[in-house]
Amino acid sequence: MSKVRVLVGTHKGAFVLTSDGKREKWDVSGPHFAGWELYHLKGSPADPNRIYASQTSGWFGQIIQRSDDGGKTWIQPGTPPGEQKDAQGPPKGESNKFVYDTSPESGGKPLTTHQWYDGTQHPWEFKRVWHLEPSLTDPDTVYAGVEDAALFRSTNGGKSWEEISGLRGHGTGPRWQPGAGGLCLHTIVLDHSNPTRMYVAISAAGAFRTDDAGKSWKPITRGLKSQYLPDPTAEIGHCVHRIAAHKSRPNVLFMQKHWDVMRSDDAGDSWHEVSGNLPTDFGFVIDVHAHEPETIYVVPIKSDGEHFPIEGKLRVYRSRTGGNEWEPLSKGLPDKDCYVNILRDAMAVDSLDKCGIYFGTTGGQVYASKDAGDNWAPIVQNLSAVFSVEVQTLS
Amino acid sequence: MIRVVLPPHLRTLAHVGMEVNIDVQGAITQRSVLDALESSYPMLCGTIRDHDTKERRPFLRFFVCGEDWSHESPDHPLPQEVARGKEPFLVIGAIAGG
Repeated sequence: MSKVRVLVGTHKGAFVLTSDGKREKWDVSGPHFAGWELYHLKGSPADPNRIYASQTSGWFGQIIQRSDDGGKTWIQPGTPPGEQKDAQGPPKGESNKFVYDTSPESGGKPLTTHQWYDGTQHPWEFKRVWHLEPSLTDPDTVYAGVEDAALFRSTNGGKSWEEISGLRGHGTGPRWQPGAGGLCLHTIVLDHSNPTRMYVAISAAGAFRTDDAGKSWKPITRGLKSQYLPDPTAEIGHCVHRIAAHKSRPNVLFMQKHWDVMRSDDAGDSWHEVSGNLPTDFGFVIDVHAHEPETIYVVPIKSDGEHFPIEGKLRVYRSRTGGNEWEPLSKGLPDKDCYVNILRDAMAVDSLDKCGIYFGTTGGQVYASKDAGDNWAPIVQNLSAVFSVEVQTLS
Repeated sequence: MIRVVLPPHLRTLAHVGMEVNIDVQGAITQRSVLDALESSYPMLCGTIRDHDTKERRPFLRFFVCGEDWSHESPDHPLPQEVARGKEPFLVIGAIAGG
C-alpha cells in the first residue's frame, strides 16, 4: 500500500503530514522544533527515511537537523544529544557551520563582494539556509542554498559543509543584488539524467547552470526580460522565483519569475514566455505534474506590491500544454476574502497514479488535490505561515 | 563549577534544563566559560557566538550579578560570585513580542 508523507516548514516549526494512498485521512505530527523558523525540509530520493531540515532563528542562527527514521526523531548531524564527555575530544559541532570559501586555492580571501540595495559593494554575510536538495543517489550528499547567495555541499550526511565556490567565483558576483527577501539561493534543480549538471536560481541575480558538477557555472538568462532593470535583458539581475523540471525531460525547464512565466527547451540556454492567458503572471511557485511533463501549475499572485490572489480568490492555474493556455482550478479553494501568499518552495507533487498536488499558504493552510488539481481540500488550516512543502511518495 | 543559564530555545537544543553546571579550567572569563560550554554541548556552537570570529550574536546579551557584561572584553575576569558558583552566567535573548 502506498503512503504519502508531506513535509511542511513553517514560521513556527515543522510538521509531518502522513496518509495512505487514498489521501483522505491525514495524521499530523508536530510542531517539530517549535518556535523556530523551518525554511525547508526535504527527503532523500535514495533513502526516504533520511530527511534534512533547515532550522533557523534571528537570535541563534542556523541549525541543520537530520532524521533517519522518516521524521520521527531528529539529530544535529555528528552531534549526539546531551553533554559530551568523550576523552578523545568532543564533536566539533560543525553541522551548522557555513563558511564562505577563503581557501588558498581561491586566493585566501572572500571571492568577491556583492551589490547592496544602494548600489554599493557589500561583503558576503551568511544568514541562513533557504533550501536543501539531497542527492538523487547518495543519502549522505546534500546541497544547501544559502543567504547571502552561495551553494554548499555536504558529503557526510550534514556533519560538515563546504562551499561550491565556482558559483560565486565565476565573475558576476559583484553584480548580484538582494531582492526584498535578501540575496538568497533558493532553488536547486538536479538533472536526473546527467549527474554533473545542476541548475540554481538566486534572487535577484538570476539563474545559473553547471555542466561539470559545480566547478564552473554560466548564467542562463537569455530571453528573460525584467522591466525593473536598467537593461531589461541584462545577463545578471533577474529576480527568478522558482524553476521546475520533469525528471523525464531534463532539458525542459519552467520558471516563475518576479513577473512572467517562462519556458526553456534547451537546458536554460534560451527562454520564452508562456504566461499566455494567466490573469497575472506574478507569482512564486511553479511545479510539474509527476506523469505529464507538459502539465504545469502556478498560483498567480496579484502583483509585487500586493502579495495576494486577485480579488481575494485563491486559484491554482494549470496548463496541459506546457504553458500559454491556462485553466483556473478553484473547486475547494477559497472564493472570497483570501489574502494569503504562496511562497516559492511551498508547492510539491506526489507520484501516485492520480498525481497529487500540494501547496501551503502564508495563512497556515496546506491544500491538497488528489486528482491533479481538479478538486482541492485543506489537510491542515491553522499552522503558522508555510515556508515550504515537500512530498514523499512511499511504497 | 560554573553555572550557566540558557534561553529556552537553547535548552531544547542542548537537551538540558534552565541551568547547566560546567567545569572551567584556568581564569574564569566570558571566553573560557563559553569555550567550556561549547565543548560540553557542541550543538550550541554558533548559536551564542559566531563560529569563526567568536563574536556574540547580535540579539543575545550576557548578564552577571545583575549587570550587563555584553560589551566587556571576553577575556576580562568574571566576578568571584560567578567563579565560586554563587551566581550564574546568564545568556539572555532579546525580548520579542508585544
